[in-house]
Amino acid sequence: MIATPAAEFSTDKGATRPVLMDLKNITLRFGGVVAIKDISFDIREGEIRAIIGPNGAGKSSMLNVISGFYVPQQGEIWFEGQKRPPMKPYQVARLGLARTFQNIALFDGMSVLDNIMTGRLNKMKSSLFSQALWWGPAEREEVENRAQVEKIIDFLEIQNIRKTPVGRLPYGLKKRVELARALAAEPRILLLDEPMAGMNVEEKEDMCRFILDVNDEFGTTIVLIEHDMGVVMDLSDRVVVMDYGRKIGDGTPDEVRANPEVISAYLGVAHE
Amino acid sequence: MIYREAGDFKTSYRDDGQTFPIRLDRWGYYALLGVAFLVVPFVIDSYWANAVLVPFLIYAIAAIGLNILTGYAGQVSLGTGGFMAVGAYSVYKLMTAFPGVPIFVHILLAGAITAVVGMLFGLPSLRIKGFYLAVATLAAQFFLVWLFNKVPWFYNYSASGQINAPERTVFGWAVTGPATSAPAKYLTCLVFAVVLAWIARNLTRGMVGRKWMAIRDMDIAAEIIGVNPLTAKLSAFAVSSFFVGIAGALLFSVYLGAAEASEAFGINKSFLVLFMIIIGGLGSIFGSFAGAAFLVLLPVLLKNLLVVRLGWPTDLAAHLELMIVGGLIIFFLIVEPHGLARLWRLTKEKLRLWPFPH
Amino acid sequence: MEFLYASEVLVNGLMAGVMYSLVALGFVLIYKASGVFNYAQGVMALFAAMTLVGIMEGRVPFAHLINAAFGVHVDRFGWTVPAIFGIALTALIMVGLAIAVEKLVLKHLVGQEPIILFMATIGLAWFLEGLGDVMWGADVKVLDVGLPQGISDSIETATNNWLGYGFFIDRLDIWATVIAAALVAALVGFSQYTKQGRAMRAVADDHQAALSVGISLRFIWIMVWSIAGFVALVAGIMWGTKSGVQFSLSLIALKALPVLMLGGFTSIPGAIVGGLIIGMGEKLFEYFIGPMVGGATENWFAYVLALLFLVFRPQGLFGERIIERV
Repeated sequence: MIATPAAEFSTDKGATRPVLMDLKNITLRFGGVVAIKDISFDIREGEIRAIIGPNGAGKSSMLNVISGFYVPQQGEIWFEGQKRPPMKPYQVARLGLARTFQNIALFDGMSVLDNIMTGRLNKMKSSLFSQALWWGPAEREEVENRAQVEKIIDFLEIQNIRKTPVGRLPYGLKKRVELARALAAEPRILLLDEPMAGMNVEEKEDMCRFILDVNDEFGTTIVLIEHDMGVVMDLSDRVVVMDYGRKIGDGTPDEVRANPEVISAYLGVAHE
Repeated sequence: MIYREAGDFKTSYRDDGQTFPIRLDRWGYYALLGVAFLVVPFVIDSYWANAVLVPFLIYAIAAIGLNILTGYAGQVSLGTGGFMAVGAYSVYKLMTAFPGVPIFVHILLAGAITAVVGMLFGLPSLRIKGFYLAVATLAAQFFLVWLFNKVPWFYNYSASGQINAPERTVFGWAVTGPATSAPAKYLTCLVFAVVLAWIARNLTRGMVGRKWMAIRDMDIAAEIIGVNPLTAKLSAFAVSSFFVGIAGALLFSVYLGAAEASEAFGINKSFLVLFMIIIGGLGSIFGSFAGAAFLVLLPVLLKNLLVVRLGWPTDLAAHLELMIVGGLIIFFLIVEPHGLARLWRLTKEKLRLWPFPH
Repeated sequence: MEFLYASEVLVNGLMAGVMYSLVALGFVLIYKASGVFNYAQGVMALFAAMTLVGIMEGRVPFAHLINAAFGVHVDRFGWTVPAIFGIALTALIMVGLAIAVEKLVLKHLVGQEPIILFMATIGLAWFLEGLGDVMWGADVKVLDVGLPQGISDSIETATNNWLGYGFFIDRLDIWATVIAAALVAALVGFSQYTKQGRAMRAVADDHQAALSVGISLRFIWIMVWSIAGFVALVAGIMWGTKSGVQFSLSLIALKALPVLMLGGFTSIPGAIVGGLIIGMGEKLFEYFIGPMVGGATENWFAYVLALLFLVFRPQGLFGERIIERV
């Protein structure tokens, strides 16, 4: 186990774990434009699953379908062996899905701490009334959840910016705060939309380390969209390749790399 | 040096989340409360109560209410006047229908009724945003005022179309009606203002407040991370209208004593409260007080200066006031969109370093 | 007979709707070119009408203030100005106002959120209202620029002969309709077929992109606010002639807001159709339902209609459906 090369290790992980989410024949249209065309793939417990493809391939739309923001015209989503009925995004979040966004979607008017605390909103149940009077349960809950959030702050090494308004932070740190907010929800599946876009090498390395640590330490299942091929091939256990809304490849990084259709559609240029 | 936070360490998350994390702030606040409750009632005269302090406290409550909706939850409302009217007419109907029930209960119930009405008019916020919603709230403003003017049941079929507050007492002291003394008016409003400000502070530092702010800052992202927009927006409308309704009830029953819907609760009242939170600071409870104080004091000062000192006609002073308030709104939005509250915070940050600025 | 009377109400509603459309047009122009939702449009109409009356009657501007400050008694210059010069001069003042607004307000608020800009225009509305009162006094003024007024006899006779029921239609309303139609045609022509018009549409689409091809944002803004000022002047003349120049004029003009909600903020045809619907709707509602609920339903009907409509079609009649992204 210890000496296993990364590729073999991930193959093993992808093949044996139970399926957590299964997407069946998803089709999504905007008016006449077909964004996703009859795509099926599954996500297994504890794996890192990457979705790659050129710009406009429909990757972000796919993530939006998973998180319930777009409702596909056709297809089914199965979660933990049950068919997911049509749901609003906030209901999907309650199932244990958390995500980050391609263009950072933090709450700019709030501090880092408050942003991360919003990630725990489904863990906090005290009523409006008890919050208004700040008695018993409301205060206790606040303190308990704050302790959990502090663990994540430690984990992501952002202690020093805890009370800074998010609007003032540089790009790289914002991405990290966004990850922290998603982690605070203790998700079953973590969806990351280009977590490394626009970062320099050091920042990317940091982010890779955090993603791997999250996967290892908490056993969180991760679905990842990324353009940096090196990162994708190193990190992920299995990869879905999309092009023009279709799925053209699915498998371990090595299988995908060897897939002729993928090479011609996408990786071909890079291999020369 | 004197105003500082160094050495004021927090050893628990509970302490870290309190309202005034800096010790000096806390003392200052207790001192202020002490003066407000124990000194002012004994020295207040009817001019200070009627011209300054009572309207200040009532508008502060309304401003906190609107700030919850607009400053915290990001939903602009131009219907504040209409909702204040709901509070006023509710308390009037309750007072006249159940004379035996304590007036404080009536005022709270008036707030609750307004909360329900507010939620009703808040329903469109689920479909429409920004100034579409702002214009939609004008529907509440015009419809409600019309309703209270045209349906005689609301003003108990009185010939004048006005509502008049009957006398009600608390511990033997009249707090409504013509016989109410200045200290009684002031203390009644003070109790409501302090308790409601404390509630607003609790709500905005907890999870409800975070949900509101999340909706304000980025509604789509908020929904995806798990905020139910329905409950978040409607709770903001409900809580906000509760505050505004109580302000309306106090304005009518304790302060004015008599009211007529289109005069006391017209659209200019909506703008007045909106201006208070812009000048005071969007998303700040301190700002709600500061903005209310500013816009209550400004006409008093102008009147003293122009009418009393210079002997100018009152209508000219009123017109100049319009210009000044309008100009100030633009000035504040350009220079300091976060209002007086932000200026206060910046001053405190400077004070922290004073007298050694480096 | 009942039917004929209702149709007379309808026609009068249409005429009122034209007026709403006229104010709404000013909103749309500014919104399209600068993304500013100009709440002050209604007060601009009031201000323009007040200024026109003031100039025509030869009133001394700020007479009130001067009298109070220096203890003198100035009121009028003692001359009167013909309507045509008065209108030209007022139009110039509205251009001056546009420049001032751009220089003192808009320039400093570039890139702020739309809602902040909206609130700034509410401030502007108060300022202008105060300014108008201080400059010209708050009394109700009579405005007469020589537009024909009164019930049109020829229409009454014609309809009486033809239908056996004489329609009462104000000649002013007919003129207003004609002028509004001409103004709309001119504006559409301007924005579609001239260079400035094209630049205006470019700015409306994307500020940055317009800047990058060398369009002066500030010039376009001043131009658009001037045009809106002119539209406000025309609306002010119509309303002012009809019901006197007074504060309620700006409230009537406020009805352009529900018109816009109905028609969509960016659509000129929307502003017109929305105006007509609101104009007819509120008159008919007042006619049929008003007596049952105590009347004066015109105060709120437009807003409630727009509100209900928006709940079912948030983008308005002519607005495009928005696909939200994250």
